[in-house]
Amino acid sequence: MKHTLKNVFHSPRFLVGFIIFMAILLTVLIYPYFVHRDPLQGLGKGFLEPGTYVSVYDANNTGTYRVDLPEAAEKRLESTLPAEDRQMMLDFLKAKGVDVSGLDASNDKLEGLLAAWKENYDEADAKKNKYEGFSTQAKRNALRRLDNRISGDNSNVAMSVVRGEGEEATSTAVSDTDYVKVDEVANAITLPLGTDNFGRDTLTELVKATGISLLIGLIAGSIATMLGLLVGLLAGYVGGLLDDVLMFIANIFTVIPGFVLLILIYSALGAESRGITTCAVIIGITSWVWTARSVRSQVISLRNRDHVNLSKLSGHSLFRIVTTDILPYIASYVVMAFILQVSSGILAEAQLSMLGLGPNPNELPTLGLMMNWAKLFGAYTSSNAWWAYFPVILMIALISFSLNLMNTGLDQVFNPTLRD
Amino acid sequence: MTKGMRKYFKKKIFWFVITFIAAVVLNFILPRLMPGDPVNSIVGKNISPGATQEQIQEQIVYYQHQFGLDKNIFGQFWDFVKNAFNGTFGVSYSQYPKTVSQIIGSGIWWTVALQLPAILVGWLLGNLLGALAAYKRSFWDKALMPLTLFFSAIPAFGAAVILLVLFAVTLGWAPVNGAFDPGMIPSFSWNFISSVISHYQLPFWSIVLISIGGQAVGMRSMSIYELNADYVKYARFLGIKDKKIVRYVFRNAMLPQVTGLAMSIGSMVGGALVAETIFSYPGLGMSMYAAINSSDYPVISACTLIITIMVLIASFMLDIIYAFIDPRVKAAQFD
Repeated sequence: MKHTLKNVFHSPRFLVGFIIFMAILLTVLIYPYFVHRDPLQGLGKGFLEPGTYVSVYDANNTGTYRVDLPEAAEKRLESTLPAEDRQMMLDFLKAKGVDVSGLDASNDKLEGLLAAWKENYDEADAKKNKYEGFSTQAKRNALRRLDNRISGDNSNVAMSVVRGEGEEATSTAVSDTDYVKVDEVANAITLPLGTDNFGRDTLTELVKATGISLLIGLIAGSIATMLGLLVGLLAGYVGGLLDDVLMFIANIFTVIPGFVLLILIYSALGAESRGITTCAVIIGITSWVWTARSVRSQVISLRNRDHVNLSKLSGHSLFRIVTTDILPYIASYVVMAFILQVSSGILAEAQLSMLGLGPNPNELPTLGLMMNWAKLFGAYTSSNAWWAYFPVILMIALISFSLNLMNTGLDQVFNPTLRD
Repeated sequence: MTKGMRKYFKKKIFWFVITFIAAVVLNFILPRLMPGDPVNSIVGKNISPGATQEQIQEQIVYYQHQFGLDKNIFGQFWDFVKNAFNGTFGVSYSQYPKTVSQIIGSGIWWTVALQLPAILVGWLLGNLLGALAAYKRSFWDKALMPLTLFFSAIPAFGAAVILLVLFAVTLGWAPVNGAFDPGMIPSFSWNFISSVISHYQLPFWSIVLISIGGQAVGMRSMSIYELNADYVKYARFLGIKDKKIVRYVFRNAMLPQVTGLAMSIGSMVGGALVAETIFSYPGLGMSMYAAINSSDYPVISACTLIITIMVLIASFMLDIIYAFIDPRVKAAQFD
């Protein structure tokens, strides 16, 4: 036993898969201790992009510090200078005969554009020469205002905060060097993955959903493996009529695709009665057949081995023969089958949820439900909210990847013909 | 035909019939357990606001008669079987008075035209890649296997969504949904055909990519298993040329892959669910999705029945083909 385990953990594939899986599991278990937030609680209205959100109201009521950032004015221009103003600058430079090839209205080219502007614009010159398209007084005034703004003279766009109402209103001027410290603002939230269509924090929801999906996979996988093992052992070892009956049931289950059965049973249940456990149990009892068949065929080849016959002659009970003389030989197969069943259980839940047949959506999130919501609320197309579905796909892929890696690693250890 | 062969086929046909009956019964019973009365919801949708209690009652009786729900369970089962055999599958609840066969008839050709070429192309490419990976192990295994393993771990719907977002939404190379431009009427004009082709690309490639991954991984491990088999070592000792051995090896490794091909063709309609719902492709998968969401159980049970029957036929055909091409089955069954 100890030797086998050592072998297994020496397989690089198994190790990598195991580490990824454990990392996911640990995150799921530890995360709730750091973020105490109900995963289904709506924080906003609709999709919010990932980022830090600071309350404007509270920021205005927080003490300010004077900070002089060297490139503050430029950055401010980058985020506030409208595209039509940039176009106007380009038009003016063109009209004056400056070479503007290689410049455009994008943020990358802003520095070059500003340099060209400062070099070529002169108020008196623009007044005197009346360049084409800028000959009217209004146009020239617009150019002057633009120049004021670019040269950092904010006197004509001063800002102040007004507190109170009517007579008692006081107004405080906001300078462009006033800063607040983010952790001093009463209300600010960092949403690393934004929010979904319901305004829920996607990261918290994703962690919870991963936990629930893993749970569904574990329950479904355990049930499928236990059922498959039990049926396979009984059919293979006892044989006779029991074998015929069990294989009859297994045959029906093989030919009617498991997915069809799932769709039929799930739609028969209705959304309200589909809890997490119910979903998992149903996935489990529709996917035991392949395990049962392989276990049965292996047991049949084992049951006439000498050591089993010896056990029988010694008068050992059926239970003892099965557990001590047969189970150890198929244990490695059963472990591998279990890993695959967990992975396919998680996938089955996700696919059913995407068809609108998932667990009750008002109770807990699952990975499949999150995909379904992203689809229903247009995250792929109209909202283009990658954070609402891409992390979910990645999480499902990582879970199956780690489980598959563990499985191939075990396969290499237990079936040496596949070994490199 | 030998005696053993006849016995083998008789046994197979017996199983085929039994499973078929079980499938029909399951398809009949399960959807009928669905909560909610379909007649009430139809009447609720169609009745005018000022209707009296009597009129509502009249409507309910009318629809119950239309759907055959006034009969007892055995009468309903008899109707179900009769309708399945004459091909109408009864009347749809959500799209009354359309028959289920009309709904299915409009979808099935889109599904077949999308799935069959995609499955075949994916199967061919996947097996080629898998065989190559097994034969030239050092390079492929070190460089590509971990990558392949990761990409084959991406679920089918995930891959479809990524393709959709990348090529249709971000790059705008292909349309986002549907099978042709919404303003068009199906015809044999060049415009219509080019629209169909451009709408075809994304769903097609999403299915191909998924099946390449699965097939390649399967083919590779089968080939490696066969390459290490005793008969290969023996053949090498005998001095048979490598080329010749490889031919035998891949022919043997192909056997389970043929099963895979037949099964994926058989379960085509089920496999179409994912790609069709994500790309809103108007095939059978989409009809089934709509039926699930409107609790339209005649359509659901017709679709699941079609899937079951196709899988049944596929596995039956496989049994017959195997009896002829696989010497191991031949030896086991025909003696």
